This record gives sequence, structure tokens and C-alpha cells, in this order.
Amino acid sequence: MESMNITSAQYNVDIISGQNTSINAIIDGETLSVPLNPNNRHYAEIMRQVEAGELVIQEAE
Amino acid sequence: MTRARDIANIGDDVAAGGSLVTTESPSLGRRNLIINGAMQVAQRGTSTTGITADNFSTVDRFQLNMNALGTWTAAQVTDAPNGFGYSHKITCTTADASPAADDYILCQTKIEAQDLQSLSYGNSDAQSFVLSFYIKSNKTGTGSIRIRQRDNSNKQVTPSYTISSADTWERKTIVIAGDTSGVINNDNGTGFDIAWWLNSGSTYSGGSNQTTWTASDATDMNASNLGVGGATSDYFAITGVQLEVGSVATPFEHRSYGEELALCQRYYHRRGAEGVQDSTYYHTFADGFSWDNGTLAFAFIEFPVAMRTAPSFSSGANIRLVGNGTSYESVTSFSVEWPTTFGTRLYINGTGFPTNGVGLMLQAWNDADAFIAFDSEL
Repeated sequence: MESMNITSAQYNVDIISGQNTSINAIIDGETLSVPLNPNNRHYAEIMRQVEAGELVIQEAE
Repeated sequence: MTRARDIANIGDDVAAGGSLVTTESPSLGRRNLIINGAMQVAQRGTSTTGITADNFSTVDRFQLNMNALGTWTAAQVTDAPNGFGYSHKITCTTADASPAADDYILCQTKIEAQDLQSLSYGNSDAQSFVLSFYIKSNKTGTGSIRIRQRDNSNKQVTPSYTISSADTWERKTIVIAGDTSGVINNDNGTGFDIAWWLNSGSTYSGGSNQTTWTASDATDMNASNLGVGGATSDYFAITGVQLEVGSVATPFEHRSYGEELALCQRYYHRRGAEGVQDSTYYHTFADGFSWDNGTLAFAFIEFPVAMRTAPSFSSGANIRLVGNGTSYESVTSFSVEWPTTFGTRLYINGTGFPTNGVGLMLQAWNDADAFIAFDSEL
């Protein structure tokens, strides 16, 4: 019933630890930085779409 | 009868095993489990036009959900029943007289699961609750509300209510008996989502308005279709939303603006130009410092209240860095790093930043629309 239109997603890397720390995504036309937390509704939807084969998260540059 | 006598009578009632909170009792606080039920807080703005998809647009904690059913304006408006300052008005600007089967529009709010533990769901002493609200529409007839338990396979109740007079504020109350078999998790997920259906196609109507907890059935969700949006200028306005434990609707529990704002900020908060002096917009969002090679800076943001979960970040309009006697205006992007419910480090990309270790302020660049925002909505 609730839907998000996600048109891009890319990981951000913490330059200190070298680990992925968030995802920058365009969701419903808005640029968001999304934490890697399953309780966050944007992250949950990103991962749902990834698991459904509808979205690919690009690696950090 | 004197006020003292009224209070003494209430004391006698309690001593006799009665309830302290009655329709005649003083307004005792913390009854209302709905946040922003009086539509006081609208951090995202007071009006949004052209809405055709899911949208948190104006009043906090209330979201429009829709699929291919018209175009809408959502606004915080001053048209409200006596004793209220605002309502949330949803107006159709492009009608859909014949919605396709899967089309729908609804207005919903959600309650965090850990805030519903007093209902004692899943136990033999599960409590009833009362949902009350003021509603006004150009449409008359019967509408549907769907209240859903996300922790219990979307088990739902779908009671109806009736609008008797067009363009007139009416208060509605709905009592729902407790659910002895559905445990609501004691966590920060969704406990209830509560949706007022404005209109839908046949996928979501044609069933029955269920007044006891039953398994999810799409046709029950909008069993009685009010049909708002069948014509341009149809509208649906709501305020004074209250959900309280018990079986008697008490007067709406008014809270101060500051208190309501803080409750909303657990789910969304936005720092913009509110309260800025004159008409110059150089308000500062955070302090930080440059990292290395002129393209990276950090800032730390502390949230005004603990948020529900680590939030998403967004920003708007012209934002710059200032320090070392220089304005660094080529900020290109932001990202959150290791956010918690209390704050986050902000990673700021751009060009021409100073070399490592220069103190910087993250601020608006003379733009009234500059803001940063954090979202941990359910």
C-alpha cells in the first residue's frame, strides 16, 4: 500500500574506517542520505527493492 | 454545584471503584496517544499542491497515501471547530469520477508500538480504546477507517462513521474492544496505523466494516466509500484526533505547541529560517571543520530530542560553509555517517574548501528556503 519511487542509490564510505556508512538515494524525487538501519523506513524500502531485484545499490566511488 | 463539590464527587467515584477519568472529570493529561492531533505542527510547510503519490507534505505525523486517484492539495488551514486553531484539509484539484479497481487515497497516522503497551493486547485484560475526531467535508454519507496491527499479520478493524451535514464540523467517536490474542511488540516499530479512507476502487471496497479485530481483507478496508475526489473541489478536513484507552470519549487533550513540536521531532525535524531576523538568511545549522584536500568537511548535528531511529537526511536550497574569513559556496552533497537517535556526523562534499583543520560553520547562503531535515517516520 505504501510505495517509494527510488531512482538511484549509492553507498557512502567512511574515509576513516573504510566501511560503508550510509546510502545516498533519490526517493520520490528527493535526495536523501539514508543510514544503514533496518528500522529506518527508507533503508527498509531500499533493501526490499534490492531483494526483489528492482534496485541495485552502486558501490561508493 | 461548586467546582469543589465536582472534584469531591469524582473522589467519591474513585473510592467506590469508578474511573477517575470521565466525561465530567477535569482534563487530566496524557490521555491522547495521537501526536499532533490538533494539527498544530507543520514543519514541512503549510500547503502542498499537485500531490499524486504518497506524501508527508504539511502537518506532522499525518501522511497521504494514494495510488492513481486524482490530484490533491494538502494544507494546514485555520478552518477548525471552536477551541482548535487548525485542521488538515485535503482538497481534490483533479477529480477521478470512476476509480480503477486498485486506485485509492487515504490519510493516515501511525503510533509507535511501545507507546501502546497500556492496551495490554495479547492478554486477557486487553483494554478497549476510543478513537475520536472532528471531521468536515462537502460530502455526506458513510466513510471507513482502517486501524491495522503491523505486529499481527496486519490484523485490522475497519469501523465506519457517518457525516450527516455537508460543510459542517462534526465530532465522531468509535470504540474498539481490546484484542486478547494480538501482542503488540514493545519496540520502536509501528503499533497501529490508522487510516481515514477518502476514496477507492473496488479492490478496497465491497466488504464489511469490521468492528472487532479480524484478519486483513482488502475489501473491508474501505467498505463504506465516502467517495471524496469524485469531483473537483471535493474536500476532507480533520482535526482533534484522539485515541485513548477506555470506552468513553473524553474531551480532546490540548497540549502546548512546544510540547507537541517536541513530540513530532522524534519522527521528523527540520531546521530552516523560522524566527530569523529581518529578511536576511544566514542562519547557522552546525559547526564543523575541513578535512583534507579541499573537497571534504565534517559537521556534527545534535538532535533536539531522541529520534525514533537513525534518521535519513535531506537539505534544501543554498547552503555554504564559512570560516577563516572566507565563504565556501561550492557545497555539492551531504551524507550522514554513523547516525544514532541522538545525532550524526555530516559528511560535506564540495570544491575549494580550506585545507585540513579549519573551523567552519554550515549555514544558509542568504536563502529563506535553506534547510536541513532529519526523517525517522514510521
